[in-house]
Amino acid sequence: MKFKPLVSLAGAVAVVGSLLAAGTASAEDKVGFVYVGPVGDHGWTYRHDIGRQAVQNALGDKVKTTFVESVKEGPDSERVIRQMAAQGHKIIFTTSFGFMNPTLKVAKQFPNVKFEHATGYKRSKNVSTYSGRFYEGRYVIGKIAGKMTKSNVIGYVGSFPIPEVVRGINAVALAAKSVNPNIQIKVAWVNTWYDPGKEGDAAKALIDQGADIILQHTDSPAPLQVAESRGVWAVGQASDMHHFAPKAQLTAIIDNWDKYYVERTKAALDGSWKSGDTWAGLKSGMVELSKYNEAIPADVVKLAEETRKGIIDGSIKPFAGPFNKQDGTEAVAAGKELDDGALLGMDWYVEGVQGKLPK
Amino acid sequence: MLLKIEKRPEPARSMVYVTPLLALLLTILTSMALFTFLGVNPLEALENFFILPVNNQYGATELIVKATPLILCAIGLSVGFRANVWNIGAEGQLTLGAIFGGGVFVYFHDVDSVFLLPIMILMGAIGGALWAAIPAFLKTRFNANEILTSLMLVYVAILILSLLVHGPWRDPDGFNFPESRTFSESATMPILMEGTRLHMGTILALLAVFGTWIMLSKSLIGFQVKVIGAAPKAGSYAGFSQKKIIWFCLLFGGAMAGLAGVSEVSGPVGQLLPSISPGYGFTAIIVAFLGRLHPVGIILAGLLMALTYLGGETAQINLGLPVAVTGVFQGMVLFYLLACDVLVNYRFRMAGFSKVAS
Amino acid sequence: MSEFDWIVPVILTVITAATPLVFAGIGELVTEKSGVLNLGVEGMMVVGAVAAFVTATLTQNYFLAVAVAALAGAFMAFLFGILTLSLMANQVATGLALTLFGVGLSALIGQDFVGTPVDAIAKLDIPVLTDLPVIGPILFGQDPLVYLSLVMVAGVSWFLYRTKAGLVLRAVGDSHDAAHSIGYSVIGIRYLAVMFGGAMSGIGGAYLSLAYTPMWAENMTAGRGWIALALIVFATWKPGLVLVGAYMFGGITILQLHAQAAGLDLPSQILSMLPYLATVIVLVLISKDESRIRKHAPACIGKIFHPAA
Repeated sequence: MKFKPLVSLAGAVAVVGSLLAAGTASAEDKVGFVYVGPVGDHGWTYRHDIGRQAVQNALGDKVKTTFVESVKEGPDSERVIRQMAAQGHKIIFTTSFGFMNPTLKVAKQFPNVKFEHATGYKRSKNVSTYSGRFYEGRYVIGKIAGKMTKSNVIGYVGSFPIPEVVRGINAVALAAKSVNPNIQIKVAWVNTWYDPGKEGDAAKALIDQGADIILQHTDSPAPLQVAESRGVWAVGQASDMHHFAPKAQLTAIIDNWDKYYVERTKAALDGSWKSGDTWAGLKSGMVELSKYNEAIPADVVKLAEETRKGIIDGSIKPFAGPFNKQDGTEAVAAGKELDDGALLGMDWYVEGVQGKLPK
Repeated sequence: MLLKIEKRPEPARSMVYVTPLLALLLTILTSMALFTFLGVNPLEALENFFILPVNNQYGATELIVKATPLILCAIGLSVGFRANVWNIGAEGQLTLGAIFGGGVFVYFHDVDSVFLLPIMILMGAIGGALWAAIPAFLKTRFNANEILTSLMLVYVAILILSLLVHGPWRDPDGFNFPESRTFSESATMPILMEGTRLHMGTILALLAVFGTWIMLSKSLIGFQVKVIGAAPKAGSYAGFSQKKIIWFCLLFGGAMAGLAGVSEVSGPVGQLLPSISPGYGFTAIIVAFLGRLHPVGIILAGLLMALTYLGGETAQINLGLPVAVTGVFQGMVLFYLLACDVLVNYRFRMAGFSKVAS
Repeated sequence: MSEFDWIVPVILTVITAATPLVFAGIGELVTEKSGVLNLGVEGMMVVGAVAAFVTATLTQNYFLAVAVAALAGAFMAFLFGILTLSLMANQVATGLALTLFGVGLSALIGQDFVGTPVDAIAKLDIPVLTDLPVIGPILFGQDPLVYLSLVMVAGVSWFLYRTKAGLVLRAVGDSHDAAHSIGYSVIGIRYLAVMFGGAMSGIGGAYLSLAYTPMWAENMTAGRGWIALALIVFATWKPGLVLVGAYMFGGITILQLHAQAAGLDLPSQILSMLPYLATVIVLVLISKDESRIRKHAPACIGKIFHPAA
């Protein structure tokens, strides 16, 4: 076998290595985070890292939080997750959908380590899943957008046509249509989560096609900056981005992982951790809206707040019927609503959204 | 100038082995300063970069897993680079290899046959070669520069993969998330060592390296590649067809990258995803030159490059160093290795004050 | 002013998308004309972007910010020069290593500046002229760097083909042995060309972080350095064609976004492929004339020069 000599060489290196490696063990429990982007992306990963800091602050010297950033989905993630598990991390948060199968594989080998996978749907005894019902926040935004638009065209900068993003677009469309039946949603996909220049260009194209409100499901504040300079409205993504667009930002959807991360870490440390699925929205605070822009008229703020409170107390369901699919056929009948399974795999547009999704 | 660089009459054999050690020494010295500046114990940092990732059997196998696609792509590219064929699109050829190989599974996922994996591997190589055939055709037929065409086709390849996994190739039970079914047992590379991810792709890589070595040293086409690379005019006097060499180099490089692609998706990844390679096709260009385009050198360079990535991850976990430091550190290691290479072909001489070297 | 209203904003968008490519492309063109292939454009651009951003944030002086970006890019190129020109390291590998290094270094420098905005570089505003319909905003309403990019293209073209220094630079790139035997300092000239390339890449990066999207975020160049490299090949090493290529690439990128926004019934991935495919197709069309390419392509590109050889 050709590989044998190499392996034995590696083995020799290993022996020398272990002789050199000396006591790195410490008293505090380790909590690991695996990020898909750099912590400096000011978007998705940035917010997860704020959550990690919250864990560190809340639990102080009882824990040591560690992270690996810019871990590409694909072959690398399993190694990173496994390395954290092998080093005795008590609980590991893997914060991108593409880490799902690697997380499950590693979890099988390390039954005593707890794993938390964001945005996935596969679970096991020691793997929980969690995500935010961001569409709830987007539904509130849809109401504001439907009221604020003068051109009746909302522009949406999309990353990739995955259910998570499609769900957000549909939530906005349904809400906006409910207050403004003439609304149209135009979508420009940039096929990346993160390329400030391209995201900004997409926003410009949408504005040039008549949009006077720019929504986005990409990570950088570039679309807001464009909206600011073109004098149209926009909504921040993942964090409050008003300092990038003080005039243009109507509000922002905030991903707030702090509470969840602190709770789950505490549970893992005191032994009360159980596997489960958390899909939390405005009610739990995992999804928040930042301060409304002062330029929004009082009646619109009132409508937004009523919607937000209605979602929290359960009286308003964003995907309750009746509403139609893009082609005019009925999607959900009156008195019914989409269940979580249908929401999770949503790959069709509702009425009012333009363009086609790949099939 | 006091110091003058002088060409050695012939390359110094001893320096081939001395220069990497010198580079290592310089790296250690500089990184002492760098890590001290960053407030990290430099010894601990170096231990994290070079020793901890491989101080156990699992880590050592992971090093090989990570190096495998780098070595496969680099060995394919090295043949082209020897003949001045500048294929910098291995990343795209790797992606097409994954698409062709993985596509076999997508359409024959319910087939449980020992022939499934070999067919996937073959299709992977064909996919990569076909993608590289486009620059070859455009170069030989229309004289279009392969640097541009092969690079542009990388972006196109990644978008094709994205289109497929967001659309028709989605896992039907996967809630429309962009990934294919997970590959079945008979579509997965056999694991070479229980409990690790070391897979048969590594054997393919070693076979490819060995085969390339034989080809370059023994076959006519290998001879032609070397002659055209060293002296294009001599090659054409000898009647070698430049076009044939271009076709050969691109198809070979493409096939190797395609192999890397299929061995990743049917190995450590286990399904088709929108992103299957963290830039292996580009990193392999560095590996090829760092290994001085020599088969053995490429294996060593691939392992070293892989180690810096693994070390970066370990340093992040243990020391909280940001990934940015990995980039700076990698750049530094490479700078020193490349710079020290000068000693193989040249030597430094003290020159007199009177004559200024121009 | 009717159905053509959309044309002006589209052209304005294309100009901003193309300008960073023009800067990086024209700089690297000079580098390559001297016979050196520096694949580290991406790394030099991203370091330029962070240098400009940090300087602008700390001093509010945009002129200084652009100058610092140019210096930072030139410094990166100088590192490349030491390795490839003085120590005769392989240019392709060194360039790629420079990109790894630059992306890491910029992230390290910029980590405290993520999430802080700066004002965009002010655009020209000449009373009357800027307000002219259609041509006003296009010709008289750009930021200073756009005009600088055009001046650089014209200047480089003039320098290479109309001055003696340019002739020498091209001679060095076409036959370093001959240039050396006449008595020119091949290495010295190449250092200057490489550093000019670095400075231009740095300004291209500054355009990203100060004008295109005035912010700093890691890796914000997002592959534009690679496109710039491809554009030089596309331009068959002619300065004017770098400009054409950058505007064509930017133009198609913008138009495909417009096509999507207009609801065109094609998957976005296919539309996103168009700029890359168009570049390949146009290259094929202009490459047929082999003699023309040979006239402009530097013969010594990527080859190592040693005076005693």
